[in-house]
Amino acid sequence: MNPTPSTDFPLYDPRTEHDACGIGFIVNVNGEKSHGIIEQGIEILVNLTHRGACGCDPETGDGAGVSIQIPHLFFAEECLKLGFALPAEGEYGVGMVFLPVEPQPRFQCEGILDRVVQEEGLSVLGWRDTPVESDAIGRTARASQPYIEQVFVRAAAGMDREELDRTLYIIRKRAEAEIAASAIHEKHFFYIPSMSSRIIVYKGLLLAPQIARFYGDLSDARATSALCLVHQRFSTNTFPSWQLAHPFRYLCHNGEINTIRGNANWMHARQSVLRSALFGENIDCLFPIIQPNVSDSAALDNVVELLLLGGRSLPHVMAMLIPEAWDRDSAMHPDKRAFYEYHASLMEPWDGPAAVAFTDGRVIGATLDRNGLRPARYLITNDGVLIMASETGVLNVDPRTVRFKGSLEPGKMLLVDLTEQRIIPDEELKGRLSARHPYGTWILENQIRLEALPDPPRTFGFSPQDIIRRQRVFGFTDEEIRMIIAPMASGGEEPVGSMGKDTPPACLSDRPQPLFNYFRQLFAQVTNPPIDSIRESQVMSLTSYIGTERNILDESPVNCHTLKLQDPILTNRDLEKLRRVSQGDFLATMLPMLFRVDGGEKELTRALDGLCRRASLAIQSGYSIIILSDRGFDEEYAPIPSLLALAAVHNHLVREKTRTQVALVVESGEPREVMHFCLLIGYGASAVNPYLAMESIEHLVGLGVLPDGLDVEKALGNYKKAATKGLLKTMSKMGISTLQSYRGAQVFEALGLGKDVIERYFTGTASRVGGVGLDVIAQEAKLKHEFGFREVSEYEAELDLGGEYTFRMDGERHLITPLTIPKLHQAVRQADAQSFREFTRLVDDQSQGLLNFRGLVDFKRGTRGVPIEEVEPATRIVTRFVTGAMSYGSISKEAHETLAIAMNRIGGKSNTGEGGEDEDRFAPDPNGDSRRSAIKQIASGRFGVSAHYLVNADELQIKIAQGAKPGEGGQLPGHKVDVFIAKTRNATPGVGLISPPPHHDIYSIEDLAQLIYDLKCVNPQARISVKLVAEHGVGTVAAGVAKARADSILISGDSGGTGASPLSSIRHAGIPWEIGLAETQQVLVMNDLRSRVRLQTDGKLQTGRDVVIAALLGAEEFGFATTPLLSLGCVMMRKCHMNTCPVGIATQDPRLRAKFTGTPDHVIAFFFFLAEEVRALMAQLGFRTMDEMIGRVDLLQPREGIDHWKARHIDLSAVLHAPAVPLRFGRRCLVAQDHGLGGSLDHELVSRSADAIRSGTPVNIHLPIRNVDRAVGAMLSGEIARKRGSAGLPDDTIRVLFTGSAGQSFGAFLARGVTLSLEGDANDYVGKGLSGGKLIVYPPELSTSPREEWTVVGNVALYGAIAGQAFFRGKAGERFAVRNSGATAVVEGVGDHGCEYMTNGVIVVLGKTGKNFAAGMSGGLAYVFDETGDFASLLCNRDMVSVDPLEPDDDATVRRLVQSHAVLTRSPRAAAMLDRWQEVVSKFVKVFPHDYRRILSERAATAHGAAKRREEAAIG
Amino acid sequence: MGKPTGFLEYRRETSPRRPVEERINDWRHVWRDLAEPDVRTQAARCMDCGVPFCHHGCPLNNVIPHWNELVYRGRWRDAARILHATNNFPEFTGSVCPAPCETSCVLGINEPPVSIKAVEQTIVEHAFTNGWLIPEWPSQRTGKRVAVIGSGPSGLAAAQQLNRLGHHVTVYEKNDRIGGLLRYGIPDFKLEKRIIDRRTDLLRSEGIVFTTNAHVGVQISVHGLLKSYHAMLLCGGAESPRDIDVPGRELSGIHFAVDFLSQQNRRVAGLPLASEREILATGKRVVILGGGDTGADCLGTAHRQKAVSVLQMEILPRPPAERAASTPWPMWPLQLRTESSHEEGGVREWSVSTTRFEGGPDGSVKKLHAVHVGPPPDFAQVEGSAFSIDVDLVLIAVGFSGPRKSGLLDELGVALDARGHVSTDENYMTSQPGVFAAGDMRRGQSLVVWAIAEGRMAALGVDRYLKAAAMISQVQSPMRTH
Repeated sequence: MNPTPSTDFPLYDPRTEHDACGIGFIVNVNGEKSHGIIEQGIEILVNLTHRGACGCDPETGDGAGVSIQIPHLFFAEECLKLGFALPAEGEYGVGMVFLPVEPQPRFQCEGILDRVVQEEGLSVLGWRDTPVESDAIGRTARASQPYIEQVFVRAAAGMDREELDRTLYIIRKRAEAEIAASAIHEKHFFYIPSMSSRIIVYKGLLLAPQIARFYGDLSDARATSALCLVHQRFSTNTFPSWQLAHPFRYLCHNGEINTIRGNANWMHARQSVLRSALFGENIDCLFPIIQPNVSDSAALDNVVELLLLGGRSLPHVMAMLIPEAWDRDSAMHPDKRAFYEYHASLMEPWDGPAAVAFTDGRVIGATLDRNGLRPARYLITNDGVLIMASETGVLNVDPRTVRFKGSLEPGKMLLVDLTEQRIIPDEELKGRLSARHPYGTWILENQIRLEALPDPPRTFGFSPQDIIRRQRVFGFTDEEIRMIIAPMASGGEEPVGSMGKDTPPACLSDRPQPLFNYFRQLFAQVTNPPIDSIRESQVMSLTSYIGTERNILDESPVNCHTLKLQDPILTNRDLEKLRRVSQGDFLATMLPMLFRVDGGEKELTRALDGLCRRASLAIQSGYSIIILSDRGFDEEYAPIPSLLALAAVHNHLVREKTRTQVALVVESGEPREVMHFCLLIGYGASAVNPYLAMESIEHLVGLGVLPDGLDVEKALGNYKKAATKGLLKTMSKMGISTLQSYRGAQVFEALGLGKDVIERYFTGTASRVGGVGLDVIAQEAKLKHEFGFREVSEYEAELDLGGEYTFRMDGERHLITPLTIPKLHQAVRQADAQSFREFTRLVDDQSQGLLNFRGLVDFKRGTRGVPIEEVEPATRIVTRFVTGAMSYGSISKEAHETLAIAMNRIGGKSNTGEGGEDEDRFAPDPNGDSRRSAIKQIASGRFGVSAHYLVNADELQIKIAQGAKPGEGGQLPGHKVDVFIAKTRNATPGVGLISPPPHHDIYSIEDLAQLIYDLKCVNPQARISVKLVAEHGVGTVAAGVAKARADSILISGDSGGTGASPLSSIRHAGIPWEIGLAETQQVLVMNDLRSRVRLQTDGKLQTGRDVVIAALLGAEEFGFATTPLLSLGCVMMRKCHMNTCPVGIATQDPRLRAKFTGTPDHVIAFFFFLAEEVRALMAQLGFRTMDEMIGRVDLLQPREGIDHWKARHIDLSAVLHAPAVPLRFGRRCLVAQDHGLGGSLDHELVSRSADAIRSGTPVNIHLPIRNVDRAVGAMLSGEIARKRGSAGLPDDTIRVLFTGSAGQSFGAFLARGVTLSLEGDANDYVGKGLSGGKLIVYPPELSTSPREEWTVVGNVALYGAIAGQAFFRGKAGERFAVRNSGATAVVEGVGDHGCEYMTNGVIVVLGKTGKNFAAGMSGGLAYVFDETGDFASLLCNRDMVSVDPLEPDDDATVRRLVQSHAVLTRSPRAAAMLDRWQEVVSKFVKVFPHDYRRILSERAATAHGAAKRREEAAIG
Repeated sequence: MGKPTGFLEYRRETSPRRPVEERINDWRHVWRDLAEPDVRTQAARCMDCGVPFCHHGCPLNNVIPHWNELVYRGRWRDAARILHATNNFPEFTGSVCPAPCETSCVLGINEPPVSIKAVEQTIVEHAFTNGWLIPEWPSQRTGKRVAVIGSGPSGLAAAQQLNRLGHHVTVYEKNDRIGGLLRYGIPDFKLEKRIIDRRTDLLRSEGIVFTTNAHVGVQISVHGLLKSYHAMLLCGGAESPRDIDVPGRELSGIHFAVDFLSQQNRRVAGLPLASEREILATGKRVVILGGGDTGADCLGTAHRQKAVSVLQMEILPRPPAERAASTPWPMWPLQLRTESSHEEGGVREWSVSTTRFEGGPDGSVKKLHAVHVGPPPDFAQVEGSAFSIDVDLVLIAVGFSGPRKSGLLDELGVALDARGHVSTDENYMTSQPGVFAAGDMRRGQSLVVWAIAEGRMAALGVDRYLKAAAMISQVQSPMRTH
């Protein structure tokens, strides 16, 4: 059982748990049952062990399980022994039942189940104790092991098998509900893994190798099945949970459903309209459809079960819940599009990375999400066995018997139908589904499109006379208009800012805040990837369908009687259309969201109650659209905050289960920026009409403020574009692709809202520090309303000036002020300790003046101090200080190197940031200084991340997210990429560089474990750290990261961030480090994982008090970026993104860089002053060493006597909580992680290559390889880089030939001089970070089948490759050569998103590519053999590239490479091509990035000019 | 922001001063206004800092980056609005303020700062020229009456703010014209008096009552006034000039600078002088004691009066030509300043201390004896450095010692601080309930910009007081008196 957020673990929320895993199945397509299938299934499981994890107890896994067909003959024999006979197969069902261990409660549960079976007209044949071997499993698993039985249930006479399964489902649901509601002791043990006439699930808190021993049934030779579905779990927690192991009843899942909260809510809401002839009256027994408090995968399984037993086929259900990206796919067959669109109007997708394998005993298959973010490889043998798994090579299959090897593509389904005894191809399968009904006609006849509605007779116009009043009432500030609205309207882009956030959260602000500001966006980190909504826009969709939702169990035309919206931002005209709609069922009504402003909280509550009541009435009266409007406010009535009104109605209707009968549309003056739209939609709005923001734009156009030539229409269009782009980006940060699933998904947390408000109006939203109630919210509305109804004087600003983004004396308070900056400058420049004290006093006073959460705590009095002389010296303390990750590129060379020198002098650490590092800095300078950054960052762009870079580090930091813009990528425009930056980033000067939002080798936690392993292989001495950003659930993510064997975890606060970011991200994503750090410490300690990792935190740390509070909350190390920059002369211009830094720090402009005056001494002075302050506080608190202080949260207490109107509601007790755990659970890092490098195949390679590395003597090695051999070549490359630098060895010095299936990251960071050949195939991440080596992969020569179309390498090959060559005879998976910055490769086919973000290098594709080829590709060249001629029109993303015919130079290049390919891989295809080259070459196209072409032609012009000048000079 | 790269593209320009030979012959402003396009270019140099030190360095917290952007974009009217939101009289500060904003401008760290003052002045001139500055009556009257004593910048600012808050305000001025030191302290060539008149006309139209020739505490009884008003705000300035105590001080021809300057202002205005004797530099050898702004004003005035020679002496050492290391950015820099008057002639001497005056037979000063001294705080005499110079007129411009005590202050009996200024609480209320003080009278001799700031803040204090009093009792007599 999972703990719930409780007083025991107040910051831990089990809803934030994640899991990821390895999945697989084996099936005999002919339906022949054998025990061998089960054995082989378990072997698959064992070979996926590295994709799972174990917690503090190495013998206890996170869970594993198998699902097989009911072994009828075996059970028949066993049951006879127990004294009862089984009827024929199909006439009975088996329930696998977890029960309480204590006999009494167990009997009670059994009794209830017995009775329910009878009541449903079936009979219990008997119970069987499932034989288990408890010794086989770990201590922790044993402690929570349930009593496991099987119940055999006989069908009623004449019952067909479908009806039997349906009845078993009802029985299970009824028994679950009854037992859950009972007072039975230990009832939490009760759980039914499966209950079916066809399949049975064996699962538990096991490690894969334990399962066969634990469950004796599985190793009994009499047990047979034609299929075996397996799952190995990697969970972020270590709380024992037998139930959360997969497979569930019908599926197992690798990935994560990001929209789970919305999906579950909607599912709950639509229960009221569920009807089915199949279930009849019984349908009520099934509620709740989704069991409370289950994982996302379990919830998905619950819904699959309902839809399946409700009459749809399993593939139909899967296609409905996890649809392909159909919305923007013009190439898709119209019938299939209609199928998807029909189902989209029925139900929102379950969105998020997913590889789902499923079976109901009749079919078995797997499907991938639309993004293809999880791997799924399969092979088919000549004798009809199909093996599918997250990895290839999980079973040793004789290559001679292999008929085909493939990989599952995004959105596609692989299905084996045991009745038909064949594999049904995706196309046929979807074709069949699409032909079930005339979906297209249904849509045509029933669907209404907003564009097609008649124009309204009139709309609200722009009324300039009282616009100021209205802007005031809604709290618009002048700053918002200038810095948010105007830029959106003029540029169609979200505005950008820099230097993070140093203002108080809304709940501490003195100023009235929009309610929106009390929320923070959640974002994906580690456990699922954010999406690139720009470069991968084809998977994104803003379309939504509104209207009364009907019975999803029914399949009729009326289900698509919906109103289709292209996007959710409505103009006034759009809104009027909706207001007047009267087609079919559509009828709209308006409810005012206003309250009597002088009545405060009472009136606000009353108004909200009234609003909810009226919404219910409107539904009863048959309205299908409710427009919540605040247009009618006046002197007496103020607008209710739109989010509050909307969320109140939404949650009220969800509770009332009428929510799906009506669409909520918000017509409000309040929303204006991206975050506002996100919140309104995230809490359930179908559409938003931001009328005042739009009028403000008309006003600006009238004032002539916007750029010339921008008329109102264009400006509004731009605004809408910026808003929808921002909306897509915010969705994609969480890994959500469709607006439909985002709506109501509530992917936010509240910061500073009280319990009552949350429970009542924002049900289910996390709010961990309490906060304000309706009284304060009403007061804030009142203040704005009063301001609005005051006369506007000629002698004052029309609007409040704001002061959020730039400092204003009367505006929002800031932590960094005109007073503090000069004090710090004075202190470090003059070595003036007094000034430093004044600086920190100012900062601390500001904090305590309610600027941040650390300002709300005090040190506990009454502790005995120690003399300061006994406290460890400052020289020791400063080694715990690190500077933040700021790339060379974001800051100048001078600033970057100064920081490095300073940190190296004091034994702290500086960080490269994500821009690589010039290798000339790796060796010390003549004066003894070192410009080498101790921390080398590995970010999603992988700029300059080579083996040589990696070995020159003391710490390797994987940046998952950054405080200023978690979940987002970045972009360095071409004009900023000068020669030097290009050199360190392995790029072409002038060619733009894009950092993708996700690491393309981290889509889930087990991927992170793999990257950690890769990096550790290259540089075993370096500590691996993982940088996370504080948000709700960061603690559970950190637990997963600790289990993925990171050595160190950084929890970044929301306030930090020096680089350029969208302003909405700076302000609205992430939470303060105080909460994130406390959560992480608590979760790690309670899981006993804390002792394995070091914790670091950062986020505007400036004073000794800050550092000590961070240490007490659990941090061992402390990061600083803003303050060191201030020490170097930064004056908080906040113009880093504009390249105009006037003090030469955040700029590459040589004129400005010349103005840089910072020195290492300034930085050192800051850190030593700081350390001395820390020492003084340590002495007061009685600590002699920092180690003693870490995690001593008991020495902090909430500050007393806070009477601020908002802050007094904040309750920090959860943050200051010390979890009650045994003392042996460490509170700081005490032991090293076991990285398991001992088993690496590379040890052999290294030892056999010793001579080669030393003296360059060539060596040839032959070895077999398996999928468990991961990161092969990485350790060897590290050795070479360490000894030979970036130059490596001469080509082909070390040649290794492998046979078999290579594990993940084959040839990662492979150094120059090494050639790895592989006969067989390889998994994901082949050649990631390739650093000059050569890779050759080809299918086994022994195979007799044609191997042309085989998949030989997995997803994300050559990610971030820097140099080297690769030849792959066969197809590669998705995202081939993503972010390639220099490798040359030949491949015979690639999946979707090939050459994404590529900046350099050459790729030749001799066959088909997938979709979205060359997205974000700014440099390098790709040549594609376009046999069918549809590459340019259908497959290539031409936003940044053109598709051209080959020129003579190209011809030569391609031919040379194809020749090499033919020689090295013996490719028949290449040979055939060379035979008729002239014919073939005409079908090649060249993918040429615009940026790259421009640079090449500029270079040519320069060269031409120079030549001409030389000529002229010669003539002259 | 206006133009992100403006500061890299444009050089600093300020309002050009007219040629010395031209301006020395008249009393009009020494500068010529910068052309509008040039002002917009100057505004484009503003970097719209994340932390605008100018805005913080300005005692009024003028939202400088904001109006710089508006000016750059040609939105003069909006700029005037934002400017007036923090500054009642930008034309005064635009003319005479030494502009601490410019010395704290971030661009000033390593480049000449933004010409904030010129921009400010241009904005307000635009506003007057275009008739945007119209009298604005409060939307409702509170019925409370406030007396403001003194019509210098602090009194005027307070009066306007109080009037806007709905109170009835009467300003008492002992002189015949409104303006205090602006009127009779600052020479016309730095602030033409029409500038004051057009503003006070506006104030009058807003309903503020001005009573001139009304010396409270002398001609008018304070207690009488107290009975008629709900609150009183003292803005009488720090009028007592600091004197020097050396032998021969009693000789004729030795005057306080302020007397010299105010006489000239009256002459320019065509007003009769007071009964005192005329102080004129014409044809004289003039020595000015004091190297500050007032000294510089005397210098310019003396030249315009056609003095034979002018020597300005300062006891402090000559400041460095560039910002001294002891006063790093964004502090007010210790640095040699060259005012317009210094360009017009005269000699400056530093580290000089007067030891004695020597008179002629007519009792008028003829010689000044002085020595060179070392740096503060000792000002040790440099041995053998004594010298003397011939002189006909000596002007003492070594600052002010505080408000005049006799009359008003004595009668009210308000508590004074250690330096002799009126002491107040954080609401600007003196030890007498209902009596407030602001400006130089409270703060000591300071800048016009500070006076305006003081007046604004005091008005808020008065308003708070009146509101609180209104809530306690509506019936009690306006104010308790002792």
